[in-house]
Amino acid sequence: MGIRERLSGNEAVAVAMRQINPDVVAAFPITPSTEIPQYFSTFVANGQVDTEFVAVESEHSAMSACIGAEAAGSRAMTATSANGLSLMWEMIYIASSLRLPIILNLVNRAVSGPLNIHNDHSDAMGVRDAGWIMLFSENNQEAYDNTLMAHRIAEHPKVKLPLMVCQDGFITSHSIENIELLEDDKVKEFVGEYHPEHYLLNKKEPIAIGPLDLQAYLFEHKAQQAEAMNNAKEVIAEVAADFEKLTGRKYSFFEEYKLDDAEIAIVCMNSTAGTTKAVVDKLREQGVKAGLLKIRMFRPFPAEEVAKSLEHLKAVAVLDKSDSLNGMGGALFEDVTSGMYVSGKSVPTINYVYGIGGRDTKETDIEKVYTDLAEIAKSGKAENPYRYLGLRREGE
Amino acid sequence: MAYNLKEIIATKPSRFTSGHRMCAGCGAPPVARMVMRALKPEDHAVVANATGCMEVSTFIYPYTAWTDSFIHTAFECAGATLAGVEAAYQSMKKQGKLQQEGETKFIAFGGDGGTYDIGLQSLSGAMERGHDMVYVCYDNGAYMNTGIQRSSATPKFADTTTSPAGSVIPGKMQSRKDLAKIMVGHHIPYVGQTLGYMNFADLYQKAEKAIYTKGPAFLNVMAPCPRGWGYPTEDLMKINKLAVDTCYWPLYEVIDGVYHISYKPAKKLPIEEFLRPQKRFRHMFKPGNEWMIEEFQKEVDNRWQELLDLEKITNE
Repeated sequence: MGIRERLSGNEAVAVAMRQINPDVVAAFPITPSTEIPQYFSTFVANGQVDTEFVAVESEHSAMSACIGAEAAGSRAMTATSANGLSLMWEMIYIASSLRLPIILNLVNRAVSGPLNIHNDHSDAMGVRDAGWIMLFSENNQEAYDNTLMAHRIAEHPKVKLPLMVCQDGFITSHSIENIELLEDDKVKEFVGEYHPEHYLLNKKEPIAIGPLDLQAYLFEHKAQQAEAMNNAKEVIAEVAADFEKLTGRKYSFFEEYKLDDAEIAIVCMNSTAGTTKAVVDKLREQGVKAGLLKIRMFRPFPAEEVAKSLEHLKAVAVLDKSDSLNGMGGALFEDVTSGMYVSGKSVPTINYVYGIGGRDTKETDIEKVYTDLAEIAKSGKAENPYRYLGLRREGE
Repeated sequence: MAYNLKEIIATKPSRFTSGHRMCAGCGAPPVARMVMRALKPEDHAVVANATGCMEVSTFIYPYTAWTDSFIHTAFECAGATLAGVEAAYQSMKKQGKLQQEGETKFIAFGGDGGTYDIGLQSLSGAMERGHDMVYVCYDNGAYMNTGIQRSSATPKFADTTTSPAGSVIPGKMQSRKDLAKIMVGHHIPYVGQTLGYMNFADLYQKAEKAIYTKGPAFLNVMAPCPRGWGYPTEDLMKINKLAVDTCYWPLYEVIDGVYHISYKPAKKLPIEEFLRPQKRFRHMFKPGNEWMIEEFQKEVDNRWQELLDLEKITNE
């Protein structure tokens, strides 16, 4: 019936990794994800896992070693943050193009520069078109659960893509909260064994991986990646259904919080959803019909489903914890509004870039968003849609 | 057992097939072929290749020249990629997940660009961590795949496309990095420096030792490039011989820290013999540039003497 514990987000992920017992973990420390390979090294040192832990000399090598290990026919996992992911960037694309179901836990942090170690989503947004499945987690429980579901999704024959589980640096990774863990044997049974069809260590069938792939083939290979990403949607839903049977915890592409009868709503990801839920509850008591749509599955992006979920609203605010510096708004805003447009749904929608470099986002900030939304709902006009939340202006 | 090339060719079919797209007269394919031949027939290998001439000419989808398992990921990470494969092997073997006869060996190939320069960190990490693998650098002394740009392996004064011999600056003005010694500094069990010479005996025997030494091993193999060096394609073996006979490219190995020079020429030839047949050094022979040849000779002499000293010290 599950094990009640109190763990930080990093500990929760490390425990999930112990229970999964991957063949290889290759990682390099970077704040705030450092604890994951630290805890995991302890499991290795104490013989609690069968894993070969490769203490590489950089994140570039971490992802390279994971690619080698996964291509060899084993399960490989890693964890990183911010600049670590930036350094992996080249290999991130190679991992997905080689169709290797590597699992990466990304503890979100601001990408330099200038240097900042605190949470925002600029690291994740830098790889949003890299062909990885990306799941976001509101809290330690979701980071744990998403990690347990990861291999079933990534290794599915119709998918075969790498997957990253995101959680907010410090806010989630270092906060100790209650959590319900699964028993080790149940995890083992749920995750199952990995038997790839083709792999380097199969002496009976030598294979060559990673060719020079020129004009005659690369396009088709990229289209196959896209097809796999499309297939992932269905598989993510199937795995979530099985996970719900096992744990009673329900996961969808996104979570709708008091959205059915809402008039105004926020769309966001990760820990900010927790703060937003508290504000929604408060506003509901005051008779404000506020709601929330929390994206869990950012890649593949459930554009049509999001559009359908938001179509009845009078005003929507998309919160981006990363600025795209493109003159038109953040990445999530672009995805949500594109989805709406293509589906022919028209709801006044604004964008707030917020929380950059770990800037605290308080309930009062979220309240301000709903106040703005109420005005937009009344006027029907979303003027100046590219906005900042919590930014100090000159003199403040 | 005495080395016999004919017998080896007869009894060990090439594991690196013909039909690849490397240039005529290139020093790299014989290196790949001989290193792979050093494997026992019953053993399987996983080869990792850094991006470079060899990779883009031997594995163009859907064709491959490699009969063993092969992986290429990127330019700077053949070391780390193969380390990952090797770690998977250790893990799966330990867990009883691999039920097959014979051993699997791990061999990386990289050019001097992918090894001396952009891939040095990845190589260093893999060697330091003690993975049971061999890294083979085929050193053609410049970034040949992108069109003959200088590398840290390019010899001093060489004319390359990013160190052109101009009217003010006469080619590359810096000395060549000594990678084999850097690898010795990792205190790994086996480091060898070799090239294709005398029926490939030295290359084959060092490859065999490197592959079958437990733990990390490194081979630095000079592999001339007819396009970058400017010699007629049929002169490949002549260039190799001159590199050894002038002591420009000494053949040696370092086993557990002890230096062994594999070949000491009875008559050490002047460096001009090696430089003259190569267009990249042509400007050194212009009147007034005698100082460049003198300086080059001095460096070759110093490095050779250093090697003799190291052999003496480490064998005492």
